Amino acid sequence: MGYLIDYLNQDVRFEESLKACMNCGVCTAVCPAAEFYEYDPRRICDTVQRGDEDALEQLLKSDTIWYCGQCMSCKTRCPRGNVPGELISVLRRASQELGYFSQSEKGRQQTQLMNTLQRNILEIGYCVYPDRVDPDYHPEQGPVWRWYHQHIAEVAPRLGANYHGQGAGALRDIPQEDLDEVRRIFEVTGGMELRKRVTDE
Amino acid sequence: MKRYWNEYQKEIADDRYFYERSCIRQTFFPGSEAAFLKILREELGKDICDNPHQHTCTGIGYHSDVVPFDTTMTVVARLFSLMKECGYSNYVPSCVTSFGVFTEVMAKWAENPALKEKARQYLWEACRREFEVPDNIVHPSDIIYKFRFDLKPRMRYQLVNRFTGKPLRVVEHIGCHYAKIFPEQGIGKAEFPYVLAGMIEAWGGEVIDYPERRHCCGFGFRQYLVRENRGYSIANTKKKFESMEPYEPDFILTNCPGCNMFLDKWQYTIAEMERKTYDRDGYGIPVLTYEELTGLLLGYDPWTLGLQMHQVQAERLLDKIGIAYNPREKYAGSNGRMLNPPAKPECLLV
Repeated sequence: MGYLIDYLNQDVRFEESLKACMNCGVCTAVCPAAEFYEYDPRRICDTVQRGDEDALEQLLKSDTIWYCGQCMSCKTRCPRGNVPGELISVLRRASQELGYFSQSEKGRQQTQLMNTLQRNILEIGYCVYPDRVDPDYHPEQGPVWRWYHQHIAEVAPRLGANYHGQGAGALRDIPQEDLDEVRRIFEVTGGMELRKRVTDE
Repeated sequence: MKRYWNEYQKEIADDRYFYERSCIRQTFFPGSEAAFLKILREELGKDICDNPHQHTCTGIGYHSDVVPFDTTMTVVARLFSLMKECGYSNYVPSCVTSFGVFTEVMAKWAENPALKEKARQYLWEACRREFEVPDNIVHPSDIIYKFRFDLKPRMRYQLVNRFTGKPLRVVEHIGCHYAKIFPEQGIGKAEFPYVLAGMIEAWGGEVIDYPERRHCCGFGFRQYLVRENRGYSIANTKKKFESMEPYEPDFILTNCPGCNMFLDKWQYTIAEMERKTYDRDGYGIPVLTYEELTGLLLGYDPWTLGLQMHQVQAERLLDKIGIAYNPREKYAGSNGRMLNPPAKPECLLV
């Protein structure tokens, strides 16, 4: 086996995401990303299955692996039980760990995602929180979201939320000791290491 | 038509649930979450624990590839540890992405016991905690589905157009990760999921079948979260709207808070970009969460449920059903102070 295939094999998800693809293309037929981008999960499965190290390295350096929307419609339909969407996740992880992600425009977007999503998890305990959904960055959210964002302290309690409160309930502040445990999980399991690879922090 | 969903029914625990909060639902639809807990406790008399030490499952980060699988499965293990501490064994992740994450982690642990042992070691090293896997994991929509006929006698309204006497015509949209990853985890499996259709039919409505019924809402994680990629998201949602438009649905019902938000907000965006709506009159198709629908039919106040949080306004639908509401209270704060209403869109009628 080549270096990159061996590397992918270290991910527990690799073996079950790609067993023996017969290149039928059902995954591509049902794929929302294939409708929008020049994207073909069938070809990705084929490239990985062939084990051509040069082709695989080019794939990991390309925009292609970042087009998938992770809806997993491909899993339901594959007659061989493969999961192209999960294979993509394995490839993306390798691309980030090996530094290849920085060679594509879509790959470099991981820095931004790391600085929003992962930071949100570590700082507030949730991937998304209304204070951090800026109406100016999200014009598609429309005037109702801008209104809510502006008046949340008055509106959220009416909806049963515990906005920045203590104890249980939606939108509460999570106790620091719980956030500390989540951060420690990230440190122990490789979450912080991945962050370092992608952000240079 | 063959009723495939009758061939498969999943196990849904009767009582004593451990509730896990959704990042998206609490952000965009806190009223739906409150309604779900109220319905379980006050209408059905169930015990559901809302533990203050819970947190994200990391699902959005995991599927955006900024959280490794080992991290996600250990965060899941910590949440299971909280459940164990509280003495519960029926786990209820409230987001469809979360539901997918939990079913994925459970499946991997079942296939690979060494991986589960690794999660135990990680959790002990990081938090000095231990966990047990739940006896039962279900999505909240599964629970409402299970008790749909128990709720029906308590309902003040039905899904019937009071002007015509005919059933309301409803498009249902199931979040992809509810059953596409592990079909056996969804009521009716992936191709004919019945979790929302069962509610609609039980409560007097008619389910619309249309070609792109199973197409993704278009979220796509990084495809929406990064502004430059959002064309993917809106294009896929547009495909669904174009497919459902000829059937003239009265409203759309969802079981995933993210899907609900996209099906609502992209209607606004498409209207502003192309002066196009998918109803006849320019108001758009209202999009309800299943919790909002259940609460409305039970007679809960629409503004306490949070219907004012949607960009496509729901009053025309409320009028069709005959639901009473006070328009003056729509934009009131919790202290009763009247707030200035949101700005009006240029094209979408409100």
